[in-house]
Amino acid sequence: MAEWLDDFLFTYENLIHALGIHGLLALSMYCVMALGQLSLGQAAFMGLGAYTGALLTLKLGLPFWLVLPISALVPALVALVIGGPTLRLNGVYLAISTIALGEVLRVLYINAESLTGGALGLSGIPQKASLWLVYGLLAVCIAGFWAIGRSRIGRAMEAMREDEMAAGVMGVNLPLYKLGALIASAMLAGLAGSLAAHSNSFIGPNEYGFEAAVTILSFALLGGIGTPIAPVIGAFVLTALPELLRPLADFRLVFNGLIIVLAVLFLPRGIVPFRLRRAP
Amino acid sequence: MSALLSARGLTMQFRGLLAVNAVDVDVAAGSVHGIIGPNGAGKTTFFNLISGLLRPTSGSLTLDGQDVTALPPYARTRMGLARTFQNIRMFSDMSVLENVMTGMHTRLKAPGWSALLRLPGFRAEEREARAQAMELLEFVGLADKADGRSGSLAYGEQRRLEIARALASRPRLLLLDEPAAGMNPAETRELAVLLKQLGQRDVTLLLVEHDMGFVMDLCDRITVLNFGRKIAEGGPRDIRNDSSVIEAYLGSKVAERLAKAHGA
Amino acid sequence: MLSQQLVNGLVLGSTYALFALGFTLIFGVLRVINLTYGFYFSVGAFVALWLARSLGASIWIALPLGSLAAGLVAVVIDGILLTRLRRTKAGELPSLMVTLGAVLALYALMAALIGTEIQRFPFGFVGSTALEFAGVRVSLVQMLIVGTAFVMVAVLFLLLQYTRLGLMIRALAENEDAARLMGINVDATVVAVSFLSGLLGGAAGVLIGLNFNAIQPFMGEAMMLRGFAVIIIGGLGDIRGALVAGILLGVLEVLTAGYLSSNAKEAVGFAILVLTLWFRPVGLFGRAQVKRA
Repeated sequence: MAEWLDDFLFTYENLIHALGIHGLLALSMYCVMALGQLSLGQAAFMGLGAYTGALLTLKLGLPFWLVLPISALVPALVALVIGGPTLRLNGVYLAISTIALGEVLRVLYINAESLTGGALGLSGIPQKASLWLVYGLLAVCIAGFWAIGRSRIGRAMEAMREDEMAAGVMGVNLPLYKLGALIASAMLAGLAGSLAAHSNSFIGPNEYGFEAAVTILSFALLGGIGTPIAPVIGAFVLTALPELLRPLADFRLVFNGLIIVLAVLFLPRGIVPFRLRRAP
Repeated sequence: MSALLSARGLTMQFRGLLAVNAVDVDVAAGSVHGIIGPNGAGKTTFFNLISGLLRPTSGSLTLDGQDVTALPPYARTRMGLARTFQNIRMFSDMSVLENVMTGMHTRLKAPGWSALLRLPGFRAEEREARAQAMELLEFVGLADKADGRSGSLAYGEQRRLEIARALASRPRLLLLDEPAAGMNPAETRELAVLLKQLGQRDVTLLLVEHDMGFVMDLCDRITVLNFGRKIAEGGPRDIRNDSSVIEAYLGSKVAERLAKAHGA
Repeated sequence: MLSQQLVNGLVLGSTYALFALGFTLIFGVLRVINLTYGFYFSVGAFVALWLARSLGASIWIALPLGSLAAGLVAVVIDGILLTRLRRTKAGELPSLMVTLGAVLALYALMAALIGTEIQRFPFGFVGSTALEFAGVRVSLVQMLIVGTAFVMVAVLFLLLQYTRLGLMIRALAENEDAARLMGINVDATVVAVSFLSGLLGGAAGVLIGLNFNAIQPFMGEAMMLRGFAVIIIGGLGDIRGALVAGILLGVLEVLTAGYLSSNAKEAVGFAILVLTLWFRPVGLFGRAQVKRA
């Protein structure tokens, strides 16, 4: 039995790591979408976490327990600068400025060659992200979102998603909630990025661009955002599926894009359409 | 009686249009105050100014002696203001009970981390909130539908749920934007009974309404707006006999004829 | 030196302005951030390239036909993706997400079918002659770019101001329901706006393709970064703002590349975008409708 499990883990180790990390990314998307906001910067925040983490480990040799929180902090600061002004504006401003962030960071990573390794990226990052750590964090985050979802905060978030103006009239501090959610989501994405860097041992500038942003969005759109587990299931499906459908090759991105189109048009609640009860 | 809410020179200009033009209004604590006026008189804009959805072009607003002119809606709710909307704005995916509990947002104090860890203090507060929400649903006659989806309630029920949700913040001043709109006569009578009971809860009411009978029956004091200006103010009897009000509603020719008929 | 830089910046900026014009027109009238817009840019460039290579078409044929093709593609894509959302009044974010998914699929499809290597217009497609005024060199391509951009912008302005279609478009931009009540054929106007924006995007694609003589499926994606910056700096939906912001960005990029470093050039637009959001979210002329929460 144990031998079977070992074999399984050995064969699919990369996939299992990816599933957990994508689960965290899906939660970071959930965190903003749950209150009706759209950030397309999750991949950019992930990249910031990955580069921060990798550089701290490689160049400064900091211990991993210190690297992880800093990898969450850097994207949080960037989220504050980008998100701060947009949160009082119409939601498209946040969406636009976060896509632009991803593009500009990609150019920055490529050009700041001495630090980031340019187009070649950084390699030889020690593999410190154990499966226990990844899945432990994922479980804690799901439980945390679940608990928060069943409180006044969760009700305020759903109220904002349904009708922002009415939520404001209920006394929900809209800018504070939006900023809080964006920062929390940037921190989560940064953590996921750092974990990914310390499990793949390689990172490159093109992993966190437009395609990655769209893929992360597709996790939440396919899974739905009725409960925190829904986007994670979306991430699992979309991460495992391409592995199974390897022949898709070049057309994998076409598939990811179409998922978004079809989910928005025909499946607005996702494949896990249940909704969290928010009263005792 | 002191004024709970005072508007001074309240003005709202959209492009060239003066939707609300230098309006002064005092709403006395404990009163039921009505705002009436023909279509396009600026009533809804006036309401949006009071609840903070619009920022006035000029003029000031004080709530209980404090200047609230520049405060966003959520801050005014915290100070004891609540409102309903003319075209009901329900959180329709939520249950009826959850809607009312959302209305308690400003009153629930348990910090986020105690919710995260589901500490006893948080759980006690939630249980208490649920009990109070049930009591409010009882009050508006929706207790048996507490767990139903609020979006599937009938129209009149949604109106009552919106009132319960607004009351959940324990407001001192409740703004009702055409509460009887779209209701049949029986529902309107029930609503009037409900609103009269609110006085016992120490809630001051400010309402915009089209249904004249409803307003005259309910209000202690009435302000009449026309083309954004205040044209009359007083008790129901004064308003009923005010020629400028009649003129605004019926047009000047009819008013003249009425005046002649009365004179004859 | 500086005057040469300014001329180059002006040329680059006029393509940015042309590109952003279509993008901001879509938002201003249809209230959608349509991310497939970058794809029209690639389509325009590739159709022109194909015409030039396979049929030996001259620029005077390839430019209008490339733009036209992009316009038609825009109409088809808008019809497929957004008709349903528009009917249910789904709002700005779902529309944005649909176009985001679609544009990824479209680029990926195009890359899979055509390949991602850089392609070039045939030698001598546009003559390499250049004029010199007081030491400032202006190539034929540059004149063509500025001239085309100028003509297209002028035509768009005249169309919006003085024609019946322009009136319909402006009415729709003001208020869809009111426009419908006034008897305006909203669906036809939507098609017209999509077509016009595709036309502008496609023309910008051909011109940028000429300017750098490098054509590749993802070229539209890189261009969108400029598009975002320009429409926010100019003010969302503000046509005059997009024009000025486009030219401004082009000039600033060229100056940054010339006097600072060519790497920093890529970040100029984003830096001004963030500054705009902090200090002047309504855009250059303050005409964007900034709905505050």
